Amino acid sequence: MTIEQGLFIAFGAITLGAALLVVTRRNVFHAALFLILSCFGVAGLYVLLEAPFLAAVQLFIYVGGISTLIIFSITLTRDGVNSNIAGRNRQWWAAALVAVALFGALGGVLGWMVLNHDWGAAPGPVPEHSTAILGTTLMNPEGLALPFVVASVLLLVALIGAVTIARER
Amino acid sequence: MTTTVPLEWVLVLAAALFCAGVYGVLSRRNGIAALMGIELMLNAVNINLVAFWRYLEPEAATGQAFALFVYAVAVAEAAVGLALIIAIWRTRDTVVLEDLDLLKG
Amino acid sequence: MLIPILNLAWLIPLFPFLASVAILLFTYRNRKWSHRLAIGGISISFVLSQAVFWAAVLHPVGGGEQAFESTLIHWLSTGTERFTLGVYIDPATAVMLFMVPLVCLMIFIYSVGYMNLGTPEVDPRYSRLFAYLSLLATGMLGSVVFNNLLTFFIFWEIMDTCAYLLIGFWYERKSAYQAGLKTFLVTRVGDMFFLLGLVLLYSEVGSLAYRDIFNPEALEHMAHTPFLGTQWSMATVIALLLFGGTVAKSAQFPLHVWLPDTAEGPSPALALIHAATMVSAGVFLIIRTFPIFAAVESGVQMTVVAAIGAFTAIFSSIIAIAQNDIKRVLAFSTISQLGYMVAALGIGAYVAGAFHLITHAFFKALLFLGSGSVIHGMEHGRRELRIANCESQTHVGTHSPCSPLEEFNPNDMLNMGGLAKRMPRTFWTFLTGGLALSGFPLVTAGFWSKDQIMAQAYERSPVVFWVLAAAAGLTAFYTMRQVCMTFFGQPRTQVAEHAPESVPSMTVPLIILAIFTVGLGWAGIPTHFPVIGGIIPNWFHHFIGQTIETTIETGHATEAAHGFVWEPPALWVIFALGGLALGWLVYGWKPMRAGETDRVEAAMRKVWLGWLYACLRDCFYFDEIYQATFVRGSILLADLFYAFDHGAVDGLVNLIGRFARASAFLDLHVVDGAVNGVGVVVRAGGRDIRRLQTGRIQNYLLWVSVAMLALVLAFLIILFLQEYLYQISLAVLALVVTLLVISVLRSRKFS
Repeated sequence: MTIEQGLFIAFGAITLGAALLVVTRRNVFHAALFLILSCFGVAGLYVLLEAPFLAAVQLFIYVGGISTLIIFSITLTRDGVNSNIAGRNRQWWAAALVAVALFGALGGVLGWMVLNHDWGAAPGPVPEHSTAILGTTLMNPEGLALPFVVASVLLLVALIGAVTIARER
Repeated sequence: MTTTVPLEWVLVLAAALFCAGVYGVLSRRNGIAALMGIELMLNAVNINLVAFWRYLEPEAATGQAFALFVYAVAVAEAAVGLALIIAIWRTRDTVVLEDLDLLKG
Repeated sequence: MLIPILNLAWLIPLFPFLASVAILLFTYRNRKWSHRLAIGGISISFVLSQAVFWAAVLHPVGGGEQAFESTLIHWLSTGTERFTLGVYIDPATAVMLFMVPLVCLMIFIYSVGYMNLGTPEVDPRYSRLFAYLSLLATGMLGSVVFNNLLTFFIFWEIMDTCAYLLIGFWYERKSAYQAGLKTFLVTRVGDMFFLLGLVLLYSEVGSLAYRDIFNPEALEHMAHTPFLGTQWSMATVIALLLFGGTVAKSAQFPLHVWLPDTAEGPSPALALIHAATMVSAGVFLIIRTFPIFAAVESGVQMTVVAAIGAFTAIFSSIIAIAQNDIKRVLAFSTISQLGYMVAALGIGAYVAGAFHLITHAFFKALLFLGSGSVIHGMEHGRRELRIANCESQTHVGTHSPCSPLEEFNPNDMLNMGGLAKRMPRTFWTFLTGGLALSGFPLVTAGFWSKDQIMAQAYERSPVVFWVLAAAAGLTAFYTMRQVCMTFFGQPRTQVAEHAPESVPSMTVPLIILAIFTVGLGWAGIPTHFPVIGGIIPNWFHHFIGQTIETTIETGHATEAAHGFVWEPPALWVIFALGGLALGWLVYGWKPMRAGETDRVEAAMRKVWLGWLYACLRDCFYFDEIYQATFVRGSILLADLFYAFDHGAVDGLVNLIGRFARASAFLDLHVVDGAVNGVGVVVRAGGRDIRRLQTGRIQNYLLWVSVAMLALVLAFLIILFLQEYLYQISLAVLALVVTLLVISVLRSRKFS
């Protein structure tokens, strides 16, 4: 077992364990906290995969943004004790079956595909300035500038929409 | 890392995370908890993307860029979704998804 | 110049026909116009017939090849064959044309008076009688004039129909309409034979025109072709079948049963039927088709004809003695005289038979019209008495004096008597006719014609001669009886006392007919007759003899070439005069008195032959025999067929009906069931599928993921299990069907 393998297993366990807890804890607030933990795990995985910028983005957005938003919503939608409860609904067993079947299918398919595919030569190293390359690609009109701009429009729309929907009447 | 951790480990991990997210979406009573499941699924997708970027085409920035766009979408979706939950809370006084059956036919 | 006249002969039957149609359609309500039309029609025919007759005499026409045949028209096409129609005038036709319209005209004029025109007792169906009489005249003239046996048959049938209509004229009386029906049915039997003969003839010769039938080659062929392998030739069989028609039509034994019952009809109609038209047509048939009869020498057909004729002659004479109805006596005498004619033809005395036919027409018509006049007078007397009695009813306690006269039969000779003084014209003309019938020598036509027959019979067949002679004696006897009972002595009933003479419309025709009765015979005096013979040439023989001299090579019909033989006339005249004398002695010397039974009857009863008398009076019970056998048999057969039709045929039809119903059941339940079933399945399936729509987003998401998994599964199957694709699809289909069935069953539980 090399260090990378060990680290991978550790971060993976954190991510997956927290995720399982997210979807099973009755107290929704606890679930939200476990979501934060899972996001941390994912960030660590990113670091292992030599994408540090994305790890930082992950932390900023998920932990700092989305999770905070979720906690806000939880507190805003509290009505006594009941709404903090996020138990199972009536179809939970079908959902479990579906999830397991999906995992089987995905795992099977993916495993079979990956194993049978000739990936060619081993991947090379990550270049030194991968982040800079990422930045220039994003800003490059012959690159990904357009999707970048569209994404910003999307965010604008979402912003307006969210404000509109959640407005006080 | 690519020499010691095979790609399929990462992919299986992402798949498991994704399925956990599916379970969460389908089986949680609280709407916000269902949204948390969606976030998990998006995380899994991102892991997948980055893994493939690292293991296949690390020189290009496309993989990371794609992941960034997924983040943008995730944020937008979370914002709107939570706004919806709050709006529902205001009008129906509940966030239990099972109680929202106006479209029953 | 004469040819155009002969060509016009086809108009002769046309005018009475038009008159008949016009009466029925237009002048039915107007009596005067009806009889004017009828008499007008027959008068035109009379004039034309006379013209044709004299043209034929002067032309002159002959028989066979020398007969006049007009241009032919095609009137009936049957596939490959075409029937032609034309006028055929030979001497036999000519003399018939001389006689028939003349006698018809007399009868028509007579009918005006007979049906009481202008009096309150005028017959309500006055016009109808004239229409029918005209139609009957049409039938006779049509059968005489045209050139083939097919039209002969058609007009023959028209006469049958008219006979039925006329005999049943007063159809309120049950006996009348039954008599009409009987006539029609019995003549039908004969027509069947006739038709068979026609069919056979047509199949042998290929045509029914006289020109083709009486062709010598055709006759030879028929004479030598055996009939279906028997020893008889075709000619014999055809002749016998045609004779079958005559047996019925001319009332020969054994189909004579209809003629006596014709007394139910009006007298003018009877005169027409018995004298001029119907029964003459039967004899005329044999005259016309005589070449066929003579084609086979000494064939069995001639013997049969002669035998039946002779037997009929004497048979009916015997019965006539015991009849008390004035018309029935005459009816039987008609049968008897027809037997004479048939016998004459049977022994080959062609000319004699034809001559007797012509003369008989005149004096028989005279006798019938005379009897009609008598009856007319009797009825008049009855009416007077009834009125008188009803008016003078002063007694109390008597049954109504009007009624007893209802049962009074004006036809019964026992009720007559002493009418000679009261109805002189009728008496003298009737006596003339009666003497002619009996064959009173020299001054009556009946004598000359009968004598010719007797002479031929004496020469060729002694048996026939003696039978005919005996019949002559009986004829004379019953004729005298009739005359005496009707006219001599004192009136035996009050009705007879009041009987007046008839109106001139009736008596004038009688007189005219009487003239002919006396004079016509002189046209046929044999050349070798002592004293008188040779003064007037035997015109009739010359004229008629030509008909068959040219059609038959063998000289069947030649008159006796040798000199006068005195035995035949002497012998039979003795019989005739003897009969007259006997009749006078029994009935006329001391005429019968009122209430007296018939003297012959009384005499026979005395010697315990009363049963025989009853037998005679009831015509040897022939009617009863026929009723028990043929009539019952036919009805039984009809019942049998009805049972078959009702059971088998109707049963079959009903069976098909049931089958149709089963088919309807099938359509209703199976076909409609399938159609309705589709709806049921859709509704049940829909009901269950509807349960997917919960309105809850998580349910929808679950179904989406399930569907996605199914797609993944399908993808995997296609990838890895391709060879089992067919079975897997079937399994999926079975699964779907099972789910639908389950839905339907679950919906049934709730419904």
